[in-house]
Formats: sequence, structure tokens, C-alpha cells
Amino acid sequence: MSFDFALIVDSIPKMLMGIGLTFQLLFLSAALGLALAIILLLMRISGRWYLAAPTMVYIYIFRGTPILVQIFIIYYGLPQLEFVRDSIFWPILREPFGCAIVALTLNTGAYVSEILRGGVLGVDRGLKEAGAALGLSATHRFIYITSPIAIRLCLPAYSNDVISLMKSTALASTITLLDMMGIARTIVAETYAPYEIFISVMVIYLVLTWFIQRSFGWIEKRMSRHVKSEA
Amino acid sequence: MSDGDGTNIIELENVDKFFGAFQALKNISLSVKKGERIVVCGPSGSGKSTLIRCINRLEEHDNGKIVVNGHELTSDVKDINAVRREVGMVFQNFNLFPHLTVIGNLMLAPKLVRKSSKSEARDTAMKYLERVKIPEQADKWPSQLSGGQQQRVAIARALCMNPEVMLFDEPTSALDPEMISEVLDVMTDLAQEGMTMIVVTHEMGFARSVADSVVFMDAGEIVEMNPPKEFFDNPKNERTKLFLSQILTH
Repeated sequence: MSFDFALIVDSIPKMLMGIGLTFQLLFLSAALGLALAIILLLMRISGRWYLAAPTMVYIYIFRGTPILVQIFIIYYGLPQLEFVRDSIFWPILREPFGCAIVALTLNTGAYVSEILRGGVLGVDRGLKEAGAALGLSATHRFIYITSPIAIRLCLPAYSNDVISLMKSTALASTITLLDMMGIARTIVAETYAPYEIFISVMVIYLVLTWFIQRSFGWIEKRMSRHVKSEA
Repeated sequence: MSDGDGTNIIELENVDKFFGAFQALKNISLSVKKGERIVVCGPSGSGKSTLIRCINRLEEHDNGKIVVNGHELTSDVKDINAVRREVGMVFQNFNLFPHLTVIGNLMLAPKLVRKSSKSEARDTAMKYLERVKIPEQADKWPSQLSGGQQQRVAIARALCMNPEVMLFDEPTSALDPEMISEVLDVMTDLAQEGMTMIVVTHEMGFARSVADSVVFMDAGEIVEMNPPKEFFDNPKNERTKLFLSQILTH
């Protein structure tokens, strides 16, 4: 089988035209997902069952089903319902881009809230007691003691989730979006050269992963200054 | 306060504390006057730590009454925070905030709780770092300090809130032997300046030289409470005698 390098050189710039959409999907759903995750976390650790129980159900459903199914249900399923079409969310759910953002956000929010919870649970109880003994309110303890320590504890797992989210953005191509993967599929349909095209798009994703890894590595290093002891 | 002599800064009346079915404190009554130094000793599991942790409500007592500086400890969060502002605590494991520098550890509570300005908080912090003799460590991370230095930072951190009472929960138990005296020196200085202190410790030399009273606890009860001379030279209770013979023989 021959490998058409000219085709790769030709198609990579075309696929890169979709990188903007990939970035939009990634950054928007990462930011919204993180906000959702924080809300879910606060509900989960509130100590009130009527707040904690729904989050557990939510997390179970969104972690327990394939994201592709979630995307399809939101894109193909919800518009069938009249009250959805009448709701204020319709302008978002009418567009494939909106559906992709909603699905990715709901999905990553479930994962990230569990990552954050792991971090919060990992904070030494003695440190919270020390804060309490100094007269800090529960809110102050959470903001100034628990959170900064928990964030550092969850960074490695969180960076993993961002990489995973970046790869999931490719699924948006299944609902007509022309992100990098969407463009790749279009080119494949035109050229019948899946091998070259999909390998090229894979390389682009690998480069993105490398940048994400490096960024988190840098943040982790900065946030771990206090862990290093004097040599 | 109108409750009698008014000089008692801490009052415990018939306090019980349970952990599940296990009774950690049994009918404890104790009063501490302003400026008094109390050392609490006893075998492990006797309830000494639980006792002082009840005083700033890190543990909630189940029965009886605890009054600290005029505030009765109930589930009222406002009262609890008011008490905690006036009661400093030093832990066995230091519990310094690892993500803050030494001076950051000292400035946090004054800024958040006392609403001190940054420069006020910094001045106070430096003053107390000098008192515990490590001002040069101000900008280091806790993990860069030795155990003895970390515990002195923890003492300074509590002092920055200008507390009426200091509670010490086995402050030297996690330290290497050569670092114990630097911490005890700081505590002795503090006692000489008139700080009200309750110290849970096995350092009997410290108890002898600093304490006004030594409390011996066993199985959740106060077995004996006497001035150090009487306590060490003439213990009354068999359990006290056994405990002293065990810890003083080596």
C-alpha cells in the first residue's frame, strides 16, 4: 500500500482550520465544566442529604454512560420534546455547537467534581482543626486552607481530565460540527484516504496533548514550591 | 460575668464525652484561674487530649457545662468562634499550613479574624517570631524547618491572635529529643509572662518547674490534682503512684 505524503501536506492546513472550533469546544466546556464541578462538589460535601443525593445520582449517570450517547440524546433526543423547544435553552440546544458544549460540560463536570472531592478529602484533618482553633469560620477555612491544598492534590488527575476532554471534542464531529475531526472526515469522504488523513489528525491531537501536559506540569511545579525542602 | 468569683477563665462542670460507646471523659470538673498553669498527664487513652480539645470545641462534649472566658460552649457557632479567638492551641503535629510561608501562617488568622491590615499583621507576626527566636525563618516554607522550629512557629501563630489562654496538646511528643528543650524554653518564657496555660505533656521536668497544678488522668477521670511538689513527692492515689513509677524510672 502506498502512503501519500503529498496528501498529508495538503490536508494538514485544512484540518488546522478546524482547530479554532476544537479550542472553543475545549476551553468553553472546560471552564463551564469546572464551574459545574465546583457547584456539585459544594452540594456533595454540604452534609445535607437533599443536596448530596442528587449530585450522586447525577455523577453516576454521567460517568456511567458513554459520552457519545449523551451527545446523541441531547442533539437528537431533546428537540423532540416540546417544552425544550419552548424553553429559554432552545437557542442553545437548537445549534449543534450548543449541544456539543452542553454535553461536554455536563460530562466533564461529573468527572471533575469527583476529582475535586478526592482533593478535598485528601487535606489533612489536623490543618482544618488548626484553622478552626485560630477562630477561622468554616468558609474561611474552606477558601484559605482546604482549597489551595486540595487544588494541588487534584492537579495531576485534573490535567488527565482536560486531555480526555480535548479528545472528546472530536465526538462533536458526529453531530455535523466541522472541528478538526469533522474536517478530517470530510476529506476522507472526498479522497478515500483514511490512513493518511486520520494519522495526520492524530498527530495534531498529540501535539495539543503535549501542550496541555506541559502547561499543567508548569502549574504543578509552581504550586509545589513549598514541598521542596532546602537541598 | 456574674458567676461568683469571676477569676475563673475556664470552668468545666461534670463534663462527659463519648466516642460511640466508649466514654472518653467521665464527669470532669475543673476550673482554671487567669494566669494559672496546669499540666495534664496520664497514660495514653486516658482522655487528656480530649479534655483540652473540648475546651475549644474541636470535640463536642455530651453532658455537663464548659464555660470559657464567659462564653458557654453550645452548638452556637458565634460563641464557638468567639471562644476560639481567645484560646490558642498548639498541636502535637504542629499543623502548620504547608502552602503558606512561615509569616503567611502567622498572618492568616489576624487578617481574616481580627481584620488587621497587612502591615499590622506583619508587625505582630515578626514580634512573635522574635519571641520564639526564629525571625530569620519568616519567609521560608514550613517544610524547610526542623521539627522544633516548626513547633515554635506554631506557638507564635497562636500568640499572634493575642489569646487569653493557650492549650498545648503534647507539643513535644513528635520532636526529636534534641529539639524538645528549645520548645519547652519558649513555653517556660510564656508561663513566666503570666500566660494562662493548659499543657498536656509527659515532660515531668517542665511540670515540676512551671505548673501551678498537675492533673493526673486515667480512664477518662481526673484521678488526682495537686501542686507539683505534692504531686510528685507524695502522690495519694495508687494509679498515680504506678504512673509516676513507670515514667520516672527511665
